[in-house]
Amino acid sequence: MRLGIGEVLGMSSLYALEKLHKVYDGRAVLAVDTLQVREGEMLALVGPSGTGKSTLLRLMNFLEAPTSGTLHYRAQDVTASAPLELRREVTTVFQRPLLLRGSVADNIAFGLRLRSAPVNGNVAHMLRRVGLANMAAAPARKLSGGEMQRVALARALVIEPRVLLLDEPTANLDPYNVSLIEDIVREQNKTRGVTVIVVTHNVFQAKRLAHRVGLLLNGQLVEIAETAAFFDSPQDPRTAAFARGEMVY
Amino acid sequence: MKHFTLAFILTFAALIMAGCATATPTALPPTVAPQPTVAPQPTQAPASACALRLATTTSTADSGLLDAILPDFEKKFNCQVDVVAVGTGQALEIGSKGDADVVLVHARKSEDKFVADGHARERFDVMYNDFIVVGPKDDPAQILGMTSSADAFKQIATKQASFASRGDKSGTNSKELSIWASAGITPTKEMAWYNALGQGMGETLLTSNEKGMYTLTDRGTYLAMRDKLPNLVIILGGNSLDENKDKALLNPYGVMAVNPDKHPGVQYEMAMNFVNWLVSPDIQKMIGTFGVDKFGQPLFYPNAKP
Amino acid sequence: MEEILAGLAHALRLIFSGDPALYEIIWLTLQVTGVALGLAILLGVPCGAALGLYRVRTRGLITVLLYTGMGLPPVVVGLFVYLILSRSGPLGTLSWLFTPYAMIVAQVIIAFPLTAGLTMTAVQGVDPALRLQARALGATGAQEVWTILTEARIGVVAAIVAAFGGIISEVGAVMLVGGNIEGKTRVLTTAIVLNTRTGDFDLAIALGLILLAIAFIINGGMLFLQRNALE
Ligand SMILES: Nc1ncnc2c1ncn2[C@@H]1O[C@H](COP(=O)(O)OP(=O)(O)OP(=O)(O)O)[C@@H](O)[C@H]1O
Ligand SMILES: [Mg+2]
Repeated sequence: MRLGIGEVLGMSSLYALEKLHKVYDGRAVLAVDTLQVREGEMLALVGPSGTGKSTLLRLMNFLEAPTSGTLHYRAQDVTASAPLELRREVTTVFQRPLLLRGSVADNIAFGLRLRSAPVNGNVAHMLRRVGLANMAAAPARKLSGGEMQRVALARALVIEPRVLLLDEPTANLDPYNVSLIEDIVREQNKTRGVTVIVVTHNVFQAKRLAHRVGLLLNGQLVEIAETAAFFDSPQDPRTAAFARGEMVY
Repeated sequence: MKHFTLAFILTFAALIMAGCATATPTALPPTVAPQPTVAPQPTQAPASACALRLATTTSTADSGLLDAILPDFEKKFNCQVDVVAVGTGQALEIGSKGDADVVLVHARKSEDKFVADGHARERFDVMYNDFIVVGPKDDPAQILGMTSSADAFKQIATKQASFASRGDKSGTNSKELSIWASAGITPTKEMAWYNALGQGMGETLLTSNEKGMYTLTDRGTYLAMRDKLPNLVIILGGNSLDENKDKALLNPYGVMAVNPDKHPGVQYEMAMNFVNWLVSPDIQKMIGTFGVDKFGQPLFYPNAKP
Repeated sequence: MEEILAGLAHALRLIFSGDPALYEIIWLTLQVTGVALGLAILLGVPCGAALGLYRVRTRGLITVLLYTGMGLPPVVVGLFVYLILSRSGPLGTLSWLFTPYAMIVAQVIIAFPLTAGLTMTAVQGVDPALRLQARALGATGAQEVWTILTEARIGVVAAIVAAFGGIISEVGAVMLVGGNIEGKTRVLTTAIVLNTRTGDFDLAIALGLILLAIAFIINGGMLFLQRNALE
């Protein structure tokens, strides 16, 4: 197991996970020994289905408490629960877009309304950014899959999160939507320094976006490394198999 | 989202508005309206906080008698009368729980028990009318011309002619059961011709009219509803109380103020005012003339002891 | 047929005659039903939402009780309220029996299982992942519940409509605990019973038509809200 860059350089990390376990109905689903996430980095998580990737994101968004272990966020112990102001720094775009009833604009404004923040200019700007400016009043649940996922992304970004968790945000999307979404995510990371953790099944997406890549297998973090190192000189034979494209799932 | 919020706000507003309106202690003027219950109010009593609760039978209220005489009381004593019109059994039950101040009913035995149980100190005669037997025009049990109700009931049972009973523990119902008893018959639900309806007098008469059944009714309700009962005629009891040969069919009404020793919440003083007012000569005379203009005979005969 | 037509004519005449006694009855009906419905919403919707959203150990039992409550004959509720509010009953000192308060109490008890039970069902029908999404976007506990309720609003409005229909047409309980006192506790349904009892069928039909019209207007309004919610 290689150490994260942050630890090597002695920098304090945004997230610090230690012996983080999640058990559902007596079945251990997640068992991450240690993981640090640096502020401002883009981390890709890869791994077969049912291996605990979404579960890990839920824990990192403080939506569930771990069964055991510790979770630190910005040097605060948030294992059991996180205070609202910290919770509101982190948001997730889930595997399914999960739009609410109402218009596209209503959906994008949702997080702002929760915070009693000004809506109009922000929503209009975000609508333009995701290329849906002319669909503000359309019923959100009647959109196409790609449009819905863009609305979900816009809804997450409009609240200007410090951390953006993406759970297979482009699965089942066409190349146009994929590159549109990737561009926006990359831009947010560059201009605003948003920390991004993206779960993906797509090796190329991981290569395109991530500074670091981690492989999750049966709930365990097998290897995590800088993207180039992860693909070019994997330490674990299973990572090597994955990088060669031989791990079939 | 917006509309849903609006719906909630509207409900809230309605709630608060309505809450305020009901909370305002304004005494609504009693509506003085003879028969159709909803009718313009000719007179209005002065507003007062005083409200006397009278539990009485549907016959006194539905006949329009109370609407005719109560305004006088309300004016004299500056006290409104809230009429709860139910069956005699329920009226006595309301009184025996202390939920009414005064009770005006017609079931002598139950009234005596009410006094014996201490729910009232005394019972006062007010008025009486009579019961009659009505039935289908063709009189299938052939009882026309009989003078004794017990004989007539015996004949109905023998011929197994359909009979409608109130079956609701009302004054009329208990009178009916006592006639069956004096005829030596105990009606049971196995007797297919005997129908215990569990309904008020009006519904029972309407049902008898539809199904061609005999029934026992007070004369007042029958007269008031006669034009809605084209298939029924008076079989026993004659065309007025004077023609009624069976003294067992007399129907006395009594009034009782609920005993404050037993039920401290009641307004005994005002209740006694009501009792004394009801038995006073002026009101007794009013009772004796009520209905004459409409039916050619009184519906109630006053009999208070002077 | 004749009677129905006469009733119809009578209804129109009554409505336009400006009869104060009639308006008093209508106004009281609206007040009692409105307050009772409002209270049933205020109590039932949060209760139903809590039951649908949170793990409640006795949920099974509570659900059975609510469903039973939906089927309870209103007269039984009336009798229960009567005995509680009677001067000889535990809450006799309130002197609420034979007042609109007693009618409201009875109607709230009748309506509560409907608002709570049907809200619970509606809330349970919302995709649980939406709850997670709301929290992930920064919703507090209360905001999360509100979000789910607005998602379930079609079902919640249906719950309110059912409760409204249940109490505005109810007669047994309000007759028993209200006493049908003219000018005080006489509402449309009890006035209908009274006029049926006295054989004034056309008047009874007229009042019935007015009741129908009120229910139609209010349900139409709620349907309008529901349809807007669909978009
Ligand atoms: N709330 C839950 N209760 C019980 N089991 C759960 C729950 N959530 C997830 N699991 C189980 O935990 C395991 C990991 O699920 P998770 O959704 O984290 O996998 P994943 O890596 O995201 O898979 P995929 O790539 O298919 O999305 C699965 O076996 C799943 O069935
Ligand atoms: Mg997943």
